[in-house]
Amino acid sequence: MFDKEKMDQVNEGLDKFNEKTKSMLEKRPERNSVFYSGSGDEIKGLYTPADVEEFDYSDIGFPGQFPYTRGVQPNMYRGRLWTMRMYAGFATAEESNKRYKYLVEQGSGGLSVAFDLPTQIGYDSDHELSEGEVGKVGVAIDSLADMEILFDGIPLDKVSTSMTINAPASVLLAMYIAVAEKQGVSSEKLRGTIQNDILKEYIARGTYIFPTEPSMRLITDIFEFCSKDVPQWNTISISGYHIREAGSTAAQEVGFTLADGIAYVEAAVKTGLDVDTFAPRLSFFFNAHNDLLEEVSKYRAARTLWAQIMKERFGAKNPKSMALKFHTQTGGSTLTAQQPENNIVRVAIQTLAAVLGGTQSLHTNSKDEALALPTEDSVRVALRTQQVVAYESGVTNTVDPLAGSYFIEAKTKEIMDKAMEYITKIDDLGGAPKAIDNGYIQQEIMDAAYYYQKEVETGERIVVGMNKFQIEEEAPKDLLRVDPSVGEMQKQNLVDLRAKRDNAVVDAKLAALRTACEGTTNVMPVILEAVKAYATLGEICGVMREVFGEYQQSVNL
Amino acid sequence: MDRPIRVLVAKPGLDGHDRGAKVVARALRDAGMEVIYTGLRQTPEQIVNAAIQEDVDCIAVSILSGAHSTLFPKISKLLAAQDASDILFVGGGVIPDDDIPFLKENGCSEIFTPGTPTTVTIDYIKANIKR
Repeated sequence: MFDKEKMDQVNEGLDKFNEKTKSMLEKRPERNSVFYSGSGDEIKGLYTPADVEEFDYSDIGFPGQFPYTRGVQPNMYRGRLWTMRMYAGFATAEESNKRYKYLVEQGSGGLSVAFDLPTQIGYDSDHELSEGEVGKVGVAIDSLADMEILFDGIPLDKVSTSMTINAPASVLLAMYIAVAEKQGVSSEKLRGTIQNDILKEYIARGTYIFPTEPSMRLITDIFEFCSKDVPQWNTISISGYHIREAGSTAAQEVGFTLADGIAYVEAAVKTGLDVDTFAPRLSFFFNAHNDLLEEVSKYRAARTLWAQIMKERFGAKNPKSMALKFHTQTGGSTLTAQQPENNIVRVAIQTLAAVLGGTQSLHTNSKDEALALPTEDSVRVALRTQQVVAYESGVTNTVDPLAGSYFIEAKTKEIMDKAMEYITKIDDLGGAPKAIDNGYIQQEIMDAAYYYQKEVETGERIVVGMNKFQIEEEAPKDLLRVDPSVGEMQKQNLVDLRAKRDNAVVDAKLAALRTACEGTTNVMPVILEAVKAYATLGEICGVMREVFGEYQQSVNL
Repeated sequence: MDRPIRVLVAKPGLDGHDRGAKVVARALRDAGMEVIYTGLRQTPEQIVNAAIQEDVDCIAVSILSGAHSTLFPKISKLLAAQDASDILFVGGGVIPDDDIPFLKENGCSEIFTPGTPTTVTIDYIKANIKR
């Protein structure tokens, strides 16, 4: 980018500058002897062309073009803003349905469904392990009947819906298709995303059911089914979010997430799918933490690397297979229970990071999430934070405005290099599933998490309001509480459902499901049939548990 | 004290958020305690049985899903039923302040909420184990 003569001048100038500042620094030392990024990487006081000497504009290219460093659309937010997608769901389908309608009224552009833990782990509300968990962290869905209530009055051909569901993703997607059908909306018209990323469940999030192999088969069955029947659906959201929440660094978030992505592509290609038939529907999900510039660099690094991987490693031809689209959520683990109002400011910084990094959709956390599920008021402030950035900050007026900054380009390259080191290491271990089974990825994340905790406790890392600038506080008021009778209501509904439906049909559909699971044909059509007969989630996952077995976690500290 | 303090760090319920549990487990270990970590999805029965079998001085459970008011009292009851109430029982996680009195009335000695330094937990366990 710079010719030799210019570079010599820069280097000469830099030497003089360093010489000059040296004596100043001797008299007035800096606040710290070394400065670190949010992820603990050393940051220099000044970046110059010397830090991006190798940088060539063709390395990053133009937005909407390979390698998509600057964004996946040519005009980014000048065309369309990101989708403001607030993750919500609690208690019963009725309650959650009300919250969705409220969010849509308030300008939220897409729905994002949170399911309770029994649903995420494939248990009905009346299972013994569901006790105390029903409706707590999301909505309880036991059967198609609940799903019909959840989307009542919401036109599924108009909204796009993201569902945070992994191990039983096939079942919830089938329920969504069945609800749409009842609304008269064909599956070709449905838009949305299922998370469907089992590898990061093993790594960081914990809502796995089946062992790796059948889980990967379910995922590739979904890829294949959707490529024909639900062509506008994002079939997976390969998630770094939870990896980061578990304590990883920014570079680990990119490295481990893309390694998971590679594993899914390899699995699908191995079943005979052509890469360009399913890869355009792959999507990603990243975190946004407080170190604004590091985060922006992270998103740019992830896009660039994925484009290279898809093109070079998998021979993708369709540009859409190479463009990394992603959802962002602000970092839950950065929120403090102390002085929760401060969290609004953190979320605003994180929102800027996601937007300057070119996100396609965003969930902003509410200030009270270190304490409980958010109230409607605090959710509104979180949504308004996005709207202020979108309509008032001006950062949406031009594409990738931080490009060309010596620091941003150097940092983007650094994160790419570090992430690639992790990917190479995971390749050497035999791929992401193996690197998870032997605990390598979990161990790396745990080490980073523990290091972070130590820094906070020694005060080397300052968290405002928590380990510095504390005040005496009263216990927070007005926290959202989930009605404890939800569990009983769901149980009663199940009793009614089992009495009302045609149980002979349910048994036949479950038997067909068992046969499909034992064989190699695509399980999606039979799951869809079972769902339509009002077989419950627990019954369907129960059959799959019997055929596939359950995952055993590798526990290490 | 002849032998190091033994602690069972446990994740009850279906909650998969184990960063806190693992960080605390490691901190306790670094403080010289012997730590057994159960992994995810443990029932109260499994936790109490493991505690007795491992002859621990303390059970430290972590939960972020909101199921604490159901699961913590169950653990206390099972400990009492097994004549093992001498085992110190502490909890942590996303637990609203308003719920803490109820949990303490029901056998949990102390609750550590988000932002608690691990040193506070370590000191509490050292000061309160019953032996």
